[in-house]
Amino acid sequence: MSLYVLKRVFRENRFYNLSYKKITPICMCTRVQKRGIYTVDPIDNNESTFSKILIANRGEIACRIIDTSKKMGIQTVAVYSIADVQSKHVSKADEAIFIGPAAASESYLNMDKILEAVKLTGAEAVHPGYGFLSENAQFVRLLEENGVSFVGPSVESITGMGDKLESKRLAANAGVHTIPGYDGIIKDADHCVQISREIGYPVMIKASAGGGGKGMRIARDDQDARAGFKLSTQEAMSSFGDSRMLVEKFIDNPRHIEIQVLGDKHGNAIYLNERECSIQRRNQKVIEEAPSVFLDDETRKAMGEQAVRLCKEMGYYSAGTVEFLVDENRNFYFLEMNTRLQVEHPITECITGIDIVQQMLKIAKGHKLKIKQDDVKIKGWAIENRVYAEDPYKNFGLPSVGRLFKYKEPTHLAGVRCDSGIEEGSEISIYYDPMICKLVCYGKNRNEAISRSIAALDQYIIRGVTHNIPLLRDILTERRFLEGDISTNYLNEVYKEGFKGRQLKTVDKYKLIAIGVCFYATWDSRNRQFLNGPRIKIHEKVLDSWELIVRVEDEDIEVNVSQNNGFFNVQVGQENLEISKADINLANSLILTKINQNEPIAMQLVSRNAHGEYQIIYQGTKYVLQILTKDSVDLLRFMKLKPKLDVSKQVIAPMPGVIKSVSCKVGDKVTEGQELCVVEAMKMQNSMTAGATGTIKVVNIEKDQTVGENDVLIEIE
Amino acid sequence: MIIRSLLPRFNSTVKIFERCIPNIDSEVVRCTSTAAQSLKVAEQIKFKRKTALLGGGQDRINAQHKKFAGDSVVTGHGLVNGRPVYIFSQDFTVFGGSLSTVHAKKICKIMDQAMLVGAPVVGLNDSGGARIQEGVDSLGGYADIFQRNVLASGVIPQISLIMGPCAGGAVYSPAITDFTFMVEDTSYLFITGPEVVKSVTNVVVSQEELGGAKTHTSISGVAHKSFTNDVEALLQLRDFMGFLPQSNRHPSPIRATDERCDLDVQILDTIIPVETTAAYDMLDVIINIVDEREFFEIMPKYAKNIITGFGRMNGRSVGIVGNQPKVAAGVLDINASTKAARFVRFCDAFNIPIITLVDVPGFLPGVQQEHSGIIRHGAKLLYAYAEATVPKLTVITRKGYGGAYDVMASKHLRGDVNYAWPTAEIAVMGAKGAVSILYRGKTDVERYEAEYIEKFGNPFPAAQRGFIDDIIEPRTTRWRLCRDLDLLETKDLKNPPKKHGNIPL
Repeated sequence: MSLYVLKRVFRENRFYNLSYKKITPICMCTRVQKRGIYTVDPIDNNESTFSKILIANRGEIACRIIDTSKKMGIQTVAVYSIADVQSKHVSKADEAIFIGPAAASESYLNMDKILEAVKLTGAEAVHPGYGFLSENAQFVRLLEENGVSFVGPSVESITGMGDKLESKRLAANAGVHTIPGYDGIIKDADHCVQISREIGYPVMIKASAGGGGKGMRIARDDQDARAGFKLSTQEAMSSFGDSRMLVEKFIDNPRHIEIQVLGDKHGNAIYLNERECSIQRRNQKVIEEAPSVFLDDETRKAMGEQAVRLCKEMGYYSAGTVEFLVDENRNFYFLEMNTRLQVEHPITECITGIDIVQQMLKIAKGHKLKIKQDDVKIKGWAIENRVYAEDPYKNFGLPSVGRLFKYKEPTHLAGVRCDSGIEEGSEISIYYDPMICKLVCYGKNRNEAISRSIAALDQYIIRGVTHNIPLLRDILTERRFLEGDISTNYLNEVYKEGFKGRQLKTVDKYKLIAIGVCFYATWDSRNRQFLNGPRIKIHEKVLDSWELIVRVEDEDIEVNVSQNNGFFNVQVGQENLEISKADINLANSLILTKINQNEPIAMQLVSRNAHGEYQIIYQGTKYVLQILTKDSVDLLRFMKLKPKLDVSKQVIAPMPGVIKSVSCKVGDKVTEGQELCVVEAMKMQNSMTAGATGTIKVVNIEKDQTVGENDVLIEIE
Repeated sequence: MIIRSLLPRFNSTVKIFERCIPNIDSEVVRCTSTAAQSLKVAEQIKFKRKTALLGGGQDRINAQHKKFAGDSVVTGHGLVNGRPVYIFSQDFTVFGGSLSTVHAKKICKIMDQAMLVGAPVVGLNDSGGARIQEGVDSLGGYADIFQRNVLASGVIPQISLIMGPCAGGAVYSPAITDFTFMVEDTSYLFITGPEVVKSVTNVVVSQEELGGAKTHTSISGVAHKSFTNDVEALLQLRDFMGFLPQSNRHPSPIRATDERCDLDVQILDTIIPVETTAAYDMLDVIINIVDEREFFEIMPKYAKNIITGFGRMNGRSVGIVGNQPKVAAGVLDINASTKAARFVRFCDAFNIPIITLVDVPGFLPGVQQEHSGIIRHGAKLLYAYAEATVPKLTVITRKGYGGAYDVMASKHLRGDVNYAWPTAEIAVMGAKGAVSILYRGKTDVERYEAEYIEKFGNPFPAAQRGFIDDIIEPRTTRWRLCRDLDLLETKDLKNPPKKHGNIPL
């Protein structure tokens, strides 16, 4: 009998669930996703295009490019390092070529390997994405020599704009406003101090070859300048292999607004309006929006026209971004031009309806821009939340690593676009950028975009790594953000003491507690639900009320719960809350229910254990609730408190990384705040300082050693 | 009353009782002595009931200091999550919880009943040892308990929770029970305390170091787990009981669950690293297979190169054994073998199916291991698996090398379902070792190694011979195992009748 026949005989029924509860899986409406947002210049299948391209990148941007390429009917080739074997971009592409070890310098930055892959697969063009080789003129030259198109600007444009000094000169020549600063290379720390004094503090010290906030420091006095120069030089050396530094006037409280431009090889250029990227931490963007609340039509036009003028002057083609700093009086200064596709390009796509990747591919093929400046409109509002694998409680975001054991994007919601390069089971490793996803939400106006973002963040399920959703979610409801009163100092001004998590209102706290105790009640009654074995009839009384004490944020709150008619009735403080029993599920990560049958609420159960510890995410922040019966709490009072370990005497690695330098040895006397070692992770250098004054007792590390999170590096006595 | 008359120390107590009956008129007593007797008894019962129902806590402590009935142990039965459980709790406030004849009798009584009924026995241990004043009677009491512990072993689950210092004879009863849990910083277990150790061996050692929770859970392996405080310990114990059947006459319990069992678990696909020598955490595999990521690990700090513990699959309790590649490459050594062997035997005794996750490079070589008898101890695990008649499901995630492959619930040891992940390598040994034997003296080692890997570094040879039932996508593991467990629910396998086997102890 063939397998086919056997299968007909035994109709496979794979549903083995013995629990009698109804399961309501989260609705994943793919229909919404499929509705295209690209309305201007849609893909024309009759137009000539590349037959095959190679994407010299990884992660979300590689996936993004593959998506558009597929729609255009272009074959795609992905490249991957050993760390990315099981990545999403590899499985998405038509072909995938292995290019070497995990370290980017040996794989994604290895031009020879990539060229080899191009030759092997016969790709006609290379799209570099952003980062890696996207702004590497040498790479472009190499491709041109081998007769392969580069989906990006010319060598001249890249070299011109890649160097900060040169770009400033070019911009000034094109009549673009520029920032006052020193027009040359800084020799050493003393020189840096001298120049800084001439320009006047505050100043910005940055790597000439830099970008993305790496190798950048702000100095407000001589000491800062000296220290900043040293650290930036090191970072620049390790990130770009070029330690040239420059100094310029630092504009206090500026807004970071950039203009997206498109140019073709026939001398045409247009601007696709602005993006406001003011919310940054350590010069890296966190939330971007388009358009900007700050710009009026006049300024927008002036900025756009200057940007276009710069493009035309240089003969720039492909997509590019002209970054401006805008001060409080709407004076704008040219900052730099990025000659690549930007991370935050989706928000421009959402409001203009233009597929920038498609345009780049068309331009690279030599087509003329079909879109005229008048076709570029602003339709609605879009906000991009960069969801990173990082701990927002430490310095607004310290990278974390791990494997995503649960991951669900909120793409079932309307107006939500998720650009990500990971999926459930993916690992966020120390080798690459810790970005999880770009959550783009768009709506008719800013308020709708914000409320959609909030809903999306509340329903975004990420487990396995620490992420920055608590911070994103909190910013979206913060007064100054809502009013549009933002600047690049926003985070430091609003969260002066650092981000401490959301401060719950009493009403919200009660809701949190209510859901928490519902979990407890469900768990407790389920514990008695044995489906086989002996039945003790006399004891089958249903437990229907609980007297509990919930400890949340160091406060003990008495709660009574009872169940009837399919509802939990929760009595907390003066309030009575009613929650449907059917909505409480201990296996689903996300709980969507209504309180008192009218207030919709979204919470996520992260973990629970038998001694009453429940971790629940509400309004973005994770809260730890201890839920115990009154009896248990009464007994708990007799328990001796255990002394807490004094951690100030230890230097603990805040994240996994590599030790860059150790500046102390056993027996050294150190003072509090003194630098003991530097840990480098994800190309960020973190100076580890002594938490207390004392003598070094143990040094567990040496230079270039790899350390894990929470490893004890140095002990002081 | 019989007990009291036997025990001189209760004489005074009886006197107090007599003084406590003021209501009965002496005149009436003289007139109708039989009625008076009934009334007196009735009053006595009323009073005793009152004292018996004092409950726990301060009231009871006060009462016991006044030398009321009960001796140094409280016994009885109650319900844990709706299922009956017999329990005794030693009371340190009465003679240091020392064991007297009465104390022993009380414990024996509930143990006998638990055996008859088929319900677990939980002991909350807090006893200083034998009651020296009583002399040999007390020792007899201990032996009575040990005898019952042994008879009950494999019939009803026996659990000990050490909640205070336990010394001398008091430590052996917990050692015979199936599981011993401890409370950190407040509980100790030792044969002889630090003073005796000092006087005999002249070694100064603290109580904690000698027999604290940390010592017993990580070094000696006497205790199976420890908890931060008494309340947490009791709550966790309640939760743990949910995994166990009432007795060996009952099937593995199925508790309602919210987790679906018919879905793929995507993350399982990416846990095994690409490099075959790289470590990964087997716990990641386990918690993503079981229901709701709930896994009650047994001996988490001892012999970490093997993981044992309980989880649920579609509500059904299962015992899970997994090699831990993160620690010592998951190798089997003496401690790991004995740890897993005891766990497997427990599961087998109580009808709990066993899921084995295999990634084992072999038994640990070494002088110390050989001299300590790795052969004898490794044989225990082999014996335990071979003897077990419960459903045995095996998933080979990566390495299954040599004798260790055979031991870890292989098909040859009556494994019911044996799966291999595509990353599985089932061979006699690793490439390096094999080549050094097969091609001794040859210079072209690398080529032979590559050849060997090509030939044996995959699950195909084992699959061709039927040693594994299927090579499966890791993501399908959960629903397959759930399905197989349902299928094997009615498995009926019996070993040949015998008095008992002779496990190499």
